[in-house]
Amino acid sequence: MPQSRRQKLAVRFREFLPGESVIDQPTSLAAYECDGLSAYREQPLLVLLPETVEQVQQVMRLCHEERLPVVSRGAGTSLSGGALPHAEGVVLSLAKMSRILKVDHLSRLAVVEPGVRNLAISEAVSSQGLYYAPDPSSQIACTIGGNVAENAGGVHCLKYGLTLHNILALKLVAADGEIFEIDQRSLQSDGYDLMPLLVGSEGMLAIVVEVTVKLLPIPRCARVVMGVFDSVEKAGDSVAAIIAEGIIPAGVEMMDNLAIRAAEDFVHAGYPVDAEAILICELDGTGEEVVTQIERVEEVLKKGGAVETRLARDEAERLLFWSGRKAAFPAVGRISPDYYCIDGTIPRKSLSAVLAGVRELSGQYGLRVANVFHAGDGNLHPLILYDSNNEGELEKTEELGSKILQLCIHHGGTITGEHGVGVEKLGEMCVQFGEPERNQFHAIRECFDPLRLLNPGKAIPTLARCAEFNAMHVHNGELRFPELERF
Amino acid sequence: MDAIADVDIGAELATQVAAVAAAGGAVEIVGSGSKRFYGEPIEALPIEVAAHSGVIDYDPAELVITLRAGCRLREVEALLARNRQMFGFEPPYFGVDATIGGMVASGLAGPRRAFAGSIRDFVLGAKILDGRGETMQFGGRVIKNVAGFDVSRLLVGSLGTLGVILEVSIRVIPMFETEATLVFRHDSADEHIRWVNQLGSEPYPISASAWSGGLSHLRLSGSEQGVCHATGQLGGDPVTPEWDAIREQSHEFFVPDQPLTRISLPSACTDLSPQAPQMIEWGGAQRWLYGDVDIDSLRRQADPLGGSVCAFRGHASEIRVFHPPAPALLKLQRGIKSSFDPAGIFNVGKLYPEL
Repeated sequence: MPQSRRQKLAVRFREFLPGESVIDQPTSLAAYECDGLSAYREQPLLVLLPETVEQVQQVMRLCHEERLPVVSRGAGTSLSGGALPHAEGVVLSLAKMSRILKVDHLSRLAVVEPGVRNLAISEAVSSQGLYYAPDPSSQIACTIGGNVAENAGGVHCLKYGLTLHNILALKLVAADGEIFEIDQRSLQSDGYDLMPLLVGSEGMLAIVVEVTVKLLPIPRCARVVMGVFDSVEKAGDSVAAIIAEGIIPAGVEMMDNLAIRAAEDFVHAGYPVDAEAILICELDGTGEEVVTQIERVEEVLKKGGAVETRLARDEAERLLFWSGRKAAFPAVGRISPDYYCIDGTIPRKSLSAVLAGVRELSGQYGLRVANVFHAGDGNLHPLILYDSNNEGELEKTEELGSKILQLCIHHGGTITGEHGVGVEKLGEMCVQFGEPERNQFHAIRECFDPLRLLNPGKAIPTLARCAEFNAMHVHNGELRFPELERF
Repeated sequence: MDAIADVDIGAELATQVAAVAAAGGAVEIVGSGSKRFYGEPIEALPIEVAAHSGVIDYDPAELVITLRAGCRLREVEALLARNRQMFGFEPPYFGVDATIGGMVASGLAGPRRAFAGSIRDFVLGAKILDGRGETMQFGGRVIKNVAGFDVSRLLVGSLGTLGVILEVSIRVIPMFETEATLVFRHDSADEHIRWVNQLGSEPYPISASAWSGGLSHLRLSGSEQGVCHATGQLGGDPVTPEWDAIREQSHEFFVPDQPLTRISLPSACTDLSPQAPQMIEWGGAQRWLYGDVDIDSLRRQADPLGGSVCAFRGHASEIRVFHPPAPALLKLQRGIKSSFDPAGIFNVGKLYPEL
């Protein structure tokens, strides 16, 4: 990109943005080259950091006039390359819009700017006995605007839902700079419900400039029981058995042996390192309720073949049990130079079959895979261990990841439960959805952004992209799973 | 699954739609007709979808059921109940033969909505016929899924204007161990609204609230211990529950021969006090009025408060049923409508005259 274009544009943006809010120096731009999926990098023309809604509107008007692609970005923690810059476009960082505008205790809601960190919301309202439920593992850093863009989940979604279920209103700036609002505080709105389209749209439909979140009362009591198993199958079946008891745990997490050992080595949570799988099950509610339910869960785990069950004796031990699971990703990072996180979701009943398939693929590719699993809602996170210094190993890893995702589709699941498609899973989108559905996605996008300026090239693959992907993955004219339904 | 008919007329429906599209015609999608009153009256060739019935997949341990849209709600709820499960949003029937498709298309939920979630919150996937007669499938049968735009949830409340819903996957929840209904005296609507919102900040297992005629009813649902504990703390008097009657609008409040208006407002809002008898549900967010009211005036008042006013039943025909959308939102909705139904054949005018 010729330097002059960058400089000319920087001058125009500085007409309404403070000087330091327009980043145009290559050394500073480098910090925005990638998000949490660091294998993909691109330098944008400019990075813009508006501080007000009006500035966002001005940015969008100028981008619209100049036909500049716009990649919006929060904290850049996306694991799917959703915030990967466009070489001929700008990165619109909402990080400076980080004020909590209003907390309404009676209505149990908070109005926040998009750059507010997820955890900062709960911290700000905890003294009032309230919290914001979705808790993605990056919650210390990730922003609410990014959570909306990705429909972020976390370990408590089985009971408390995803971002979509915890948002009451959005203020947005459209691709042409106009403001529009989706207000669902009244719980019933007439007309099409645009909220589910916008939440999880990966920055392709509009720019989120204000979010009204639902706050919940902090449960009076939370307790955790750990089940230790000599097979992943028994652990998986025990999750179904808990649900069959009519109990919805606040969270049920599962880890396999490799993940257990890595986590134990890292945080010393007291995990049994010779176990094939552990289940960590949390229940919350009133004290009386939790005490009886946790006894029932312990029974179910024992009946399901747990070789041992451990009830966290106090809050400190509860947090200790969680610490290993919450540190699972960095723990795996310590035993391997690099790791690659997969995000498939499957019906729970297919867990054994899918894990067996993952084991087989892992052997075929000669790459170790550690499994952590939001077992309650079927969301698998296989972590592929690799070394990017070895020639071709990243490519091999990506291919293995793609195979795992196609296995998830084959078992009636989906290629992404909470991390988004981004640039990473465009190919697999061609397997999950047929051409009519993909065309429909493009048509919906054009209703919001006719010039296709918002995060172009992400989330929804083009026809050409799918032709290319299928050419690579179709063998002897046959698809890998010819019997599977295309959706 | 014994009681639910297994009949797949998807191919016939696709042929019908394609024929209508080719002839430049228009249709009204009709299930059992139980919610046909909801929305603007339209005149178009009915396309009957209630025969498209059957359970595609139901494994109680997955907490998901996948159904053909013609399934009768009553049969599905019976099937769920046999497995100690239910729909979280407590859907109204408004007719014994109410179908799953109508439930989704109308988006109407019952007393538990404010506490458990809306139909939209529970829909996971759908198969539809678009205006070209093409079958498309969105979402899936798993609880967490962020692949592609969430079209299946867009269908909820779209009143059949986007396409024929063929199949839908819905998350279900376990039945509660026990329930209790308590009654409290609150003379004014404002007093009830403040009280019920204050309760919301405490972790009580509330599953429904309703106020009318100076009495607040509160339903608690959950484990024996949780409900018993909350009952002890809240006080109030135990009373025979009337939630089914409230849901079906057969409760004595709903005078049948008077126009019925629905006002939706942020739950704690006390800035709109209509001079007509009210039934207040959903923790304050849903307010029913009966009698002759000035809808336009209410809409002007509700707009700045973030609310909306629906001329639900029995209003004069010149009054628009649904709250007119802001111009920017109407434009988006028109674009979305034509992306699914380019020739405008499905339920044209049912939602807004412009769609």
